[in-house]
Amino acid sequence: MDATSRKTTQKLVKLAEDVVAQASAGRNPAVEVPTRSLANVRFNEKKRIIELGGDKQKRLFFNVAQAKKFMQTFLVGAACRELIAEGKTTSIRDLYYLTKHTLGKTKQNTFEEQEESDPIIEDLEVTVDALREELHLFASNKGNLVGEITLVDSGDTIDARRMGSGGWGVPSIVEADVIQFKRHEAKFVLLVEKDAVFRRLNEDRFWKKHHCILIHGGGQPPRGVRRLVHRLHDELSLPVYVLVDNDPWGFYIYSVVKQGSINLAYESMRMAVPRARFLGLSSFDKERFGLPDNVTIQMTEDDERRGKQMLAYPWFEQKPWRREIERMLKSGVKLEIEALSSMGISFITDEYLPKKLREGDWLE
Amino acid sequence: MSTPHMIAPRTPRGREQAAPADRQLDLLPLPSKEEEAAAAPPSAPPAAAEPALAPAMAVPDGSAAAPPKRRATAEQMAQKQREISISEFFTKNRHLLGFDNPSKALLTAVKEAVDNSLDACEEAGILPEVRVEIGELPGGRYRVAVEDNGPGIVKAQIPKVFGKLLYGSKFHRLKQSRGQQGIGISAAVMYGQLTTGKAAVVVSKTGRGRPAHHFEIQLDTRKNAPVVLRDEEIPLEKDHGTRVEIELVADWLHGQRSLTRYLEQTALANPHAAFTYLRPGAEAIVFPRASSEPPKEAVEIKPHPHGVELGALMLMLSESKARGLGAFLCQEFSRVSSRLADEICDRAQLPRTRRPSSLDRAQAEALHRAIGETRIMAPPLSCLSPIGDELVRKGLINFLSVTEADAPDPEAGGGAEEPGRGRGGAEAAEERAPDEPPDPEVARIKGQTFFIATVTRPPRVYRGNPFQVEVGLAHGGNWPADRPIELYRFANRVPLLFQRSACGMTDAIVKTDWRNYLLSQPKGALPVGPMVLLVHIASVWVPFTSESKEAVAHYPEIIKEIQLAAQECGRKLAAHIRRRQHADYEAKRRSIFELYIRELAHSLHGLTGRPEDRIEKKLLALAKGFTGGEEDGRPERVENEEGEEPPARAPSPPEDEAE
Repeated sequence: MDATSRKTTQKLVKLAEDVVAQASAGRNPAVEVPTRSLANVRFNEKKRIIELGGDKQKRLFFNVAQAKKFMQTFLVGAACRELIAEGKTTSIRDLYYLTKHTLGKTKQNTFEEQEESDPIIEDLEVTVDALREELHLFASNKGNLVGEITLVDSGDTIDARRMGSGGWGVPSIVEADVIQFKRHEAKFVLLVEKDAVFRRLNEDRFWKKHHCILIHGGGQPPRGVRRLVHRLHDELSLPVYVLVDNDPWGFYIYSVVKQGSINLAYESMRMAVPRARFLGLSSFDKERFGLPDNVTIQMTEDDERRGKQMLAYPWFEQKPWRREIERMLKSGVKLEIEALSSMGISFITDEYLPKKLREGDWLE
Repeated sequence: MSTPHMIAPRTPRGREQAAPADRQLDLLPLPSKEEEAAAAPPSAPPAAAEPALAPAMAVPDGSAAAPPKRRATAEQMAQKQREISISEFFTKNRHLLGFDNPSKALLTAVKEAVDNSLDACEEAGILPEVRVEIGELPGGRYRVAVEDNGPGIVKAQIPKVFGKLLYGSKFHRLKQSRGQQGIGISAAVMYGQLTTGKAAVVVSKTGRGRPAHHFEIQLDTRKNAPVVLRDEEIPLEKDHGTRVEIELVADWLHGQRSLTRYLEQTALANPHAAFTYLRPGAEAIVFPRASSEPPKEAVEIKPHPHGVELGALMLMLSESKARGLGAFLCQEFSRVSSRLADEICDRAQLPRTRRPSSLDRAQAEALHRAIGETRIMAPPLSCLSPIGDELVRKGLINFLSVTEADAPDPEAGGGAEEPGRGRGGAEAAEERAPDEPPDPEVARIKGQTFFIATVTRPPRVYRGNPFQVEVGLAHGGNWPADRPIELYRFANRVPLLFQRSACGMTDAIVKTDWRNYLLSQPKGALPVGPMVLLVHIASVWVPFTSESKEAVAHYPEIIKEIQLAAQECGRKLAAHIRRRQHADYEAKRRSIFELYIRELAHSLHGLTGRPEDRIEKKLLALAKGFTGGEEDGRPERVENEEGEEPPARAPSPPEDEAE
């Protein structure tokens, strides 16, 4: 067992020992879980990332509303300890099935669905201050990479220039002990929101022509993708460009890449890329590129509400961003990346992106 | 008229005085409501009456064209006119006495006999032991026998008590008793005689060492007089008591349920009495005595002046042996002092020395009016004998222990429905936490839990008659929770089984808003829930709507008292239901914790290596302390997980980076 595993095990055991001690003292067993909510995150102006605040929520066992979560926390804790002891790593879905069983003679289960167990894992991460990897857990893979880089994944050399049409699947754990960067000619990283756009750009060999690394996260990029982008930016000093839809959700994806998320604020340090650049789609692109009116989508009430909410975020405070968001809200329409195809199937590869990059038409 | 009154008999009397004028006005061709309400001046009625009479006289003249042939002369008709005996009247109108049909006859016969037994025992200060036997005979006939341990009846009185209508001791006095007119038992004898031709058998013994008399009695309906067929002395083991046997045609199949009901409820309202009920084709039912405390003796009182009507007053005046009016008032009425008698005489402008029998109608009316205008203290309340809170409670417990869980109210119809829907009794019992503070109002009966509440209101007065209301309820058990409650009505400890919807007591309960007390209640109906509600009115003169004594009249004073009592009971019930809900909640909490404790102990064992059972024990011990209600069961801070989340792309849930 390596040092990290020993340390993580110690943290888990201490948490349990505390509970036993509290019970022995006749007190209501409690664990303090750092609050993962907007109220307990701060935007660090200097580092320009979202950080977790000091607020903690007491999770009491003898409290109807909290007892189940309390029990689940230790169920997951015990399972992780076992994984570490056996030197195995498993997916969080696996862990869900590993810990799911029926309670006594009731119809209740320890977990009803994975949506219930995932936040418990996150709670445990912040409570014992251990990363998911350190708990020997990973999420299912999502996101692919192609481009001018050669890397080593668990000892296998991966040439990202020769990944066919699908690209290399970015694993959930991309720490230095798993992934090493070997060689690269890339000048920047382009993170796109969607798989479809990734395929178009890959087919058009955009990355070859512009010497970059192309990554997609399948919507909101998973931890693995974010962590990898962070490492590429940090270790290889590559600028990061983000291409998302022109709607509140797209903007939010960008903001998560840039300064981290509220939910995983405790990992912002390792994941956020504060200098990531927003390449598009901008609210002004429709005019600039002469897109037809019929490619727009009407904003829903939800979109509007979210848009207004975003105006209040400190990281969207700068004037250009305000213009972007206000413009979007005013027009009442949103625009998908695919809308660019109305100008020609490879319009995005041949005209849109080159023009944007050439003219430095991005936001930071 | 504006004199303030201590009690409120003014309204009904005022109405009576106005009545003659109203009636005359009714004769007017087109009387409008407004005119009636305007209460014409005293001089108006005679003048107004004349035109009304004139057209009536004119009718024969108008149709004189073909005068009808006279069929009989007044003299001829006179030959046919003769006195109708009271017995003959009731033979024809037996429904007035509760003998409308064969299924009800059985009940009425038993009821009359049992009421008499209980009254006699109460008056003699004996704890009643009543035995009711129903024997099946061929041809749809039944023998009803009721036997008590009462004081017995002296030989000379037996024939009259059982063989003469309107003969009794209870009519001429103001005292709370079950029977009132002296019709009941002789009517039962008469009904038996009518339907079977058989004489009633009465055996009575008045004390140790005395002979028991065995009578066979019939009733001469023409003369309303008893006919004794047989009279002999027989040996009898018990010291005293009376047994009456009547053979009658009855419908056992349909009558048995209400009979059982009657006995159950009689036992309920008379917890000092023991009943044995022998019946054909089923097991005997025994209602043991729930209390050996005899009811408080009801004292006989004189009428209260405000309760007497003009006719009754005139009768009293003519029969009085008092020398002067002042003495008459003091002697014949309660609450009249000589000073007050003077005040009344002055107001009536009659000398107090005037002989009562010498007053004419106008003077009597003046006296009556003067009485009405005088403030008089409320009547003495010693004449009442309520069951009492504690005994209502004991009666209810006894009732719940003995009753057969069967049919709803006989009037409600519907077949016998076994309880068991709603909450299961056993489950309800198990839910109770061992450390829950004992609830004094909760009784465990036959493995089921009932909440019992009782309220006895202070005595009140309507039209000069004292009365007192009691309400008791039992809630819970395994009674169906989705059916109307059972309402048991009692008047002077006698259950009222019929005419439920015509009864003022039902009205009072229906008009009480039970939703305030956590029961559901459809509009204008009884509340719904697993509950028996007992309403008892005790009074020297219960205002029944008819002689069969099945429903109480809607006197506002009575309805108000019943509602106040019901509300008080309801508040207790609501408090119990809330406690119960809280206890259920606590039990639920505990079971949740117990479920999780095993899991938690296992996990903690896995993490720390400490023995699992020790951890589990510690946590279980803690659980008891934490489910007593100290913890408020709320999270100290609500997690704000949905406050600020990425915009969800409906319909897929937000993925974020959780995976």
